[in-house]
Amino acid sequence: MKEFILIFRHENANGQVSPEQMQQWMQQQKAWVDGIAAQNKFVGGTGLLFDGAKVVDHNKLVTNGPYGDIKETLGGYVIVRAESAEEAAEFAKGTPILEGTGNTVEVREIVTH
Amino acid sequence: MEPRELIPHLFRREYGRIVSVLAGRFGVDHLDAAEDLASETFLTAMETWPYRGIPENPVAWLYTVARNKASNHLQRENLFREKIAGQLLRESTVTEPDIDLSDRNITDHQLQMLFTVCHPSVPQSAQIALALRVLCGFGIDEIAAAFLTNKDTVNKRLHRAKRKLRDHAVQLEVPADARLAPRLESVLRTLYLLFSEGYYSERNDAIVRKELCLEAVRLTYLLLGNPSTDTHASNALLSLMCFHSSRLDARLSDAGEPVLYRDQDTTRWDTALIEKGFYYLQRASQWEVVSKYYLEASIAYWHTVQGDSREKWESVLSLYDALLTVDPTPLAQLNRLYALAKVRGNAAALREAEGLPLHDNHFYHLLLSELTEDTDPTAALESLRAAYRYCGTETERVFIAAKMERLATQLRTR
Repeated sequence: MKEFILIFRHENANGQVSPEQMQQWMQQQKAWVDGIAAQNKFVGGTGLLFDGAKVVDHNKLVTNGPYGDIKETLGGYVIVRAESAEEAAEFAKGTPILEGTGNTVEVREIVTH
Repeated sequence: MEPRELIPHLFRREYGRIVSVLAGRFGVDHLDAAEDLASETFLTAMETWPYRGIPENPVAWLYTVARNKASNHLQRENLFREKIAGQLLRESTVTEPDIDLSDRNITDHQLQMLFTVCHPSVPQSAQIALALRVLCGFGIDEIAAAFLTNKDTVNKRLHRAKRKLRDHAVQLEVPADARLAPRLESVLRTLYLLFSEGYYSERNDAIVRKELCLEAVRLTYLLLGNPSTDTHASNALLSLMCFHSSRLDARLSDAGEPVLYRDQDTTRWDTALIEKGFYYLQRASQWEVVSKYYLEASIAYWHTVQGDSREKWESVLSLYDALLTVDPTPLAQLNRLYALAKVRGNAAALREAEGLPLHDNHFYHLLLSELTEDTDPTAALESLRAAYRYCGTETERVFIAAKMERLATQLRTR
């Protein structure tokens, strides 16, 4: 069994989404994670916050961000156990994050040793 | 995994509470900041709970996060002010931000916020939109759906409303002394309109309408928690809303079509709400005044009494007579004629109906058709055609067309 990281990329939708919608997405995402955990294939994961985010460039210049050119940015990740990248991609299809058009989930194998 | 489940609409409910308390701390002119912080609080929950499980006490968790975000915000603000203004604000601002999210403080601030959003400088339609946003936690798209308009219009309306509040330096407070009465009247009028938007609008789906009604009830209930706003009119309005709400489920068939009062399945009336309506009506009657809301609530009370007793319709008729002297609306005039027909017969009601200047009102023609249905079906059919011409929504058109069809069939088989 290998481990894969599923990386969520989406827009910062703060202010655009209603509290009701957030509660629904949160519950759907939880149901999705619980489903993977029930098969004993959930390793870990977390969301990432936008507030106070910074970008540091090669000149060590620190800016508040990510804004500007970057429309989609890292929103969180989940690590799963799977036989193959294909199986991991099947898991990825279940996250409600993909209901946002333009949002993506990147599937990458993790080097475990 | 723990089987903990969230109560429905938790985020929406807590949004209104958090925004009210934070706006109390930041000032009404920083309403946007309060809203952003409330949204960010739920975003944090969204990025945490799916992976670590729902916390044992979700509300306390949200309040802790909101409190931290608020105190960070205040520190940033102070830093900013010191830099920009070059002022040494240390003495006045080195205080721990007291963000009090106790039940009592939340209720107090929601009541104050209700007065703020219903400030007379804000146009009434914007008052309703702002109340739905900052007190009820509705999203922009949800408000747009409630008003059948688009997001841009709602955003503009909210933006203008907030600017008015800033321009008039409106404070978050329940006005005192002589300022209270007119401001409370304005609050009640807006709550009445919010409720009516849910109750009478034929344009929306049943769920949206019910939610608007329930939010109006919840906000009106806030008024009763404070001695200075627990008045005759507040109780009467709450009573009216309870009586009307008791019939929300019975007013729509399973197919979503309107069901007339006389055809309603009375077992679908909500008896708990009827009891509440009666309780607040009795409370309202302790004051020795009579408001428009009290008359309407009393009429609504009689409509919860089943059957067609003479006492019932005579009472309703005299209540409508009284209502017309304080608030002569076309709807009240027409409803009075229904009561008149019950008491003195269709012919008497018809004679009075002919004098009403409501010829472009489809309810008027529906009434005429009901009054003539038994004695003159041809005239009744003609009235239905007129009603069809003047009605505004698809639901009504379908409803009236079905009546026309039935009557036409009766006429043919006669």
